Amino acid sequence: MAITSDVLVVGGGLAAVTAAVSAAREGADVRLVSHKASTLRQASGLIDALGYVPATEPAKPLRDGPPTAGRNLDPDEWPDPEGPLADPFEAIDRLPESHPYRIAGSDALRDGLDLFDDLAGDAYRGGHTDRNALVPTFGGAVKPTARYPAAAEAGLASDDRPALIVGFRSLTEYDARAFAGRLEAAGVPFDAAGAEVEFAEAFRADAKITRVAKALDHDEEIDGVPAREALAKAVAPHLHDVVDGSGGVDRVERVGFPAFLGDDEGEAVRAELAERLGADVFEIPMGPPSLPGLRLEDRLFDALDAEGVRFETGNPVVGVESAADGRVETVAVDRKGRTAPYGADAFVLATGGLVGKGLDSDREGVREPVFDLFVDQPDDRYEWFVDDAFGDQPYARFGVRPDERMRPVDGDGAVQYENVFAAGGVVGGADAAREKSASGVSLATGIVAGRQAATEATQ
Amino acid sequence: MDRQVDVVVVGGGSTGCGVVRDLARRGLDTVLVEKGNLTHGTTGRMHGLLHSGGRYAVSDQKSAEECIEENMVLRDIAAHCVEETGGLFVKRPEDSEEYFQEKLEGCRACDIPAEVIDGEEARRREPYLARDVEKAIALPDGAVDPFRLCVSNAADAREHGARIETHAPVTDVLVEDGEVVGVEIEHETGPGKRVHREPGTTEEIRARHVVNATGAWAGNIGEMAGVDVEVRPSKGVMTVMNTRQVDTVINRCRPKGDADIIVPHETACILGTTDEEVDDPEDYPEEDWEVDLMIETLSELVPALEDARTLRSFWGVRPLYEPPGTGTEDPTDITRDYFLLDHGDRDDLPGMTTIVGGKLTTYRMMAESISDHVCETLGHEATCDTADAPLPGSENPARMEELMDEFGLRSPVARRSGQRLGSRADDVLDEYDPNPIVCNCESVTRAEVQDAVDEAGSDLNAVRLRTRASMGNCQGGFCTHRIASELAQEYPEPVVRDAEDELYQERWKGQRHALWGEQLSQAMLNHMLHATTMNRDGDPANLDESVDFDAFDAGAGSPDASGSGSDEAGSTGTAAADGGRATGDASADGGRATGDATADGGR
Repeated sequence: MAITSDVLVVGGGLAAVTAAVSAAREGADVRLVSHKASTLRQASGLIDALGYVPATEPAKPLRDGPPTAGRNLDPDEWPDPEGPLADPFEAIDRLPESHPYRIAGSDALRDGLDLFDDLAGDAYRGGHTDRNALVPTFGGAVKPTARYPAAAEAGLASDDRPALIVGFRSLTEYDARAFAGRLEAAGVPFDAAGAEVEFAEAFRADAKITRVAKALDHDEEIDGVPAREALAKAVAPHLHDVVDGSGGVDRVERVGFPAFLGDDEGEAVRAELAERLGADVFEIPMGPPSLPGLRLEDRLFDALDAEGVRFETGNPVVGVESAADGRVETVAVDRKGRTAPYGADAFVLATGGLVGKGLDSDREGVREPVFDLFVDQPDDRYEWFVDDAFGDQPYARFGVRPDERMRPVDGDGAVQYENVFAAGGVVGGADAAREKSASGVSLATGIVAGRQAATEATQ
Repeated sequence: MDRQVDVVVVGGGSTGCGVVRDLARRGLDTVLVEKGNLTHGTTGRMHGLLHSGGRYAVSDQKSAEECIEENMVLRDIAAHCVEETGGLFVKRPEDSEEYFQEKLEGCRACDIPAEVIDGEEARRREPYLARDVEKAIALPDGAVDPFRLCVSNAADAREHGARIETHAPVTDVLVEDGEVVGVEIEHETGPGKRVHREPGTTEEIRARHVVNATGAWAGNIGEMAGVDVEVRPSKGVMTVMNTRQVDTVINRCRPKGDADIIVPHETACILGTTDEEVDDPEDYPEEDWEVDLMIETLSELVPALEDARTLRSFWGVRPLYEPPGTGTEDPTDITRDYFLLDHGDRDDLPGMTTIVGGKLTTYRMMAESISDHVCETLGHEATCDTADAPLPGSENPARMEELMDEFGLRSPVARRSGQRLGSRADDVLDEYDPNPIVCNCESVTRAEVQDAVDEAGSDLNAVRLRTRASMGNCQGGFCTHRIASELAQEYPEPVVRDAEDELYQERWKGQRHALWGEQLSQAMLNHMLHATTMNRDGDPANLDESVDFDAFDAGAGSPDASGSGSDEAGSTGTAAADGGRATGDASADGGRATGDATADGGR
């Protein structure tokens, strides 16, 4: 007996949750199956929509054919992207026609962001405007994003209050002095200083940031001083480090920390620090493991519960088990080595891209392993890349090709299965990394795929 | 300015570093100039095999004898650069028995300790060997770290008064009255350490003798002096695996052929290689068939390689040379022996000697022979002690063991640091507290990175070569920015940024040849981290046009939230955006009531 639902969503990231919730809100009975921890924990927790229209003209190689030892490119010749974009919506028309935003439409992005605002509640900000915000990220570069955690709000780069960036000597992710220098090089409208302080040394040299977060959550004592007080004391001597353009010293009005200011008690930790320092406190989004990413993941799975979506994690969907008349009837789910059929009237594939293993590859080619859907790609793997690491990488756009209902199509444009829809990183055509569009693509394709799957299942 | 040194050595590979050490220890005033990093050319692009000589035991017994002799020397003087892995020449059913016997006899004739073991014993030593491997010859091959070896030679030379200038390409060889009298060099970022954004300078170095130790590039230097040096560069691919499938050097026991060796090296295995003559040592195709050939052919010896993860591939060019008129067709047949060309005798141009051919294992012997020649030419009497004097870092191998307990590091990290630093570990690791790990894949700590920065300036590729930071599975994805951040202790921000970009792009180059399966996923993850999360590609600090910060969201609570800024943003995109809003709002009123109010107010 197959386990059945109206809609079965395969995957556990932002796109999968978006599709599941939007299908449920259309009245469908939805089940979500995900394999392992989603890639959200590797993401910064920022919700990007569209920050750039990247240059698609590659820096010209000296000649065609395989790379050569001497085929160097001049970094000064690399074309700049268009952006950062203040308005993510108006630029959509300038993306390639095969881009998921062009296919799903800008309304899908807008609806997706609305749904996100609803699910995230007051933990996220940015919904008050169409405009992107510029958020300082942990390398010191500012980046355009549509929604940001409330904890990051005081750090926005369009805010002109002087800021202190705090780094820790035992934390190697960034150096606060270089961070501040980089903000200055970007021309931000505020004065900034960076200070490397001692605090996390109280923990083992390579303590994970989750360990520090927990200490702040519980206000553990460090050498007899509660953690929050100890942290404030470490930072306090630097509150006058900012020197303005005319050489005057300003007291900082906001202080940025790596995103480890508590896990469950983040708000209280920030409030106490702000009070002790007499300045607003903000978190700088970090790389993996990312607390903002983990917090978002928790919040999204809570939302699934609230929406009545049943979900199970730990079991991969390994393939189609039965199909007839151009429709998938059941998929095979690997449950601890034994496969079980899961049936549904419609399926949403949201297994992610190359990182999440929604796309698999070997020396011969790239494929989509669950439904064996068509993935457009050059035959020669030496055409999957360009020489500039940050260039228009063909591999970055790999994925299935959807129609306007987000049903994957084959090389001739014919729908592969009437009742299979795709969302998120597994959908090709976007260069999410350079566009800063990863979350937006997940939201836009997720909402369309979810609604369409519900329609397909309940009609 | 007109100060004259005794010798300028051109080329910072193993030969040049060996020569400058030897001459400096003999008391000559010596300068080494290298156009890139130390090991920039061929030395840094080899598989790291410390030959036992077995490879040449049939075809070239003179080279074989030199190899085994020097192999034993390096185990003593360069213990911290050598891993005594041992080697096997394995025979598959289709490989010739006759050749196997010839190989064995050749080894014995050259005094290479060799022992025949059966297939079962071979698999007991190396469990991943193919089941149909019949037997093997075990001999003392090893692995050597060419970077550490060169750096140690250069460091020792400097301790003996030599000057080392990297990133200093020779732009001219100075010839006066039919004699070479020195070189003109260009310091890319001024003399001394390389630091990004420092302006370049040129310098004339006058010398009593010039040694051209530029290997595959020897012809270029020759040309500047007006003499012909016909090197026949031959390229070979090396493919890096993500783990050590074998802990012993595995050679295929057959006459010659591509893809016949696996060298365990640090945390990885390196598969090699091809042998194809190329026209230009700097510009030759790097082709996918070469990578495929490594994996497919060597899977016959170690089947696990077929599906194993490949991190990257790189190519090197051998500086093969044969005397004019020899006319060997196939580059694999050209001798691996070295040649010393005295341009006074050969071309009637005194003042310069070129050394070409040879191999890393015999670098010290080559250096000794050319140093003898230079001393004789200059009438300088001194004896060579490089076969007995340990290199810096190898003075006290027993000390490494003690490090395990001593530092506030988890022991596998201390072990790795100790292996890389050798007897210098005390001095280096004592410097930093806290001493967090900067590169997780290779367990490289801050102290090691800072030590390398002291030596190499902001050149993170040089730091990488010294420490192995960024050379593991993630290929710099998780550590390029962390390594660069270490520069901030000493250098201003733009230097940090440039150095970071340079290292990241360098790491990308090799990964292009490994872009499938796990490593393609890794590449995408790296791309997402550096482009999506860190916005390194779109950072306004790097863009030509300045950013209008007022056009962006300054926060719901800021006075600007509904102020003038939004007009500006609206002016470019209002029409399209507004058109799209009507339907969007309709479906999601509930969630946005307050948000919309503010935003609309701004319009």
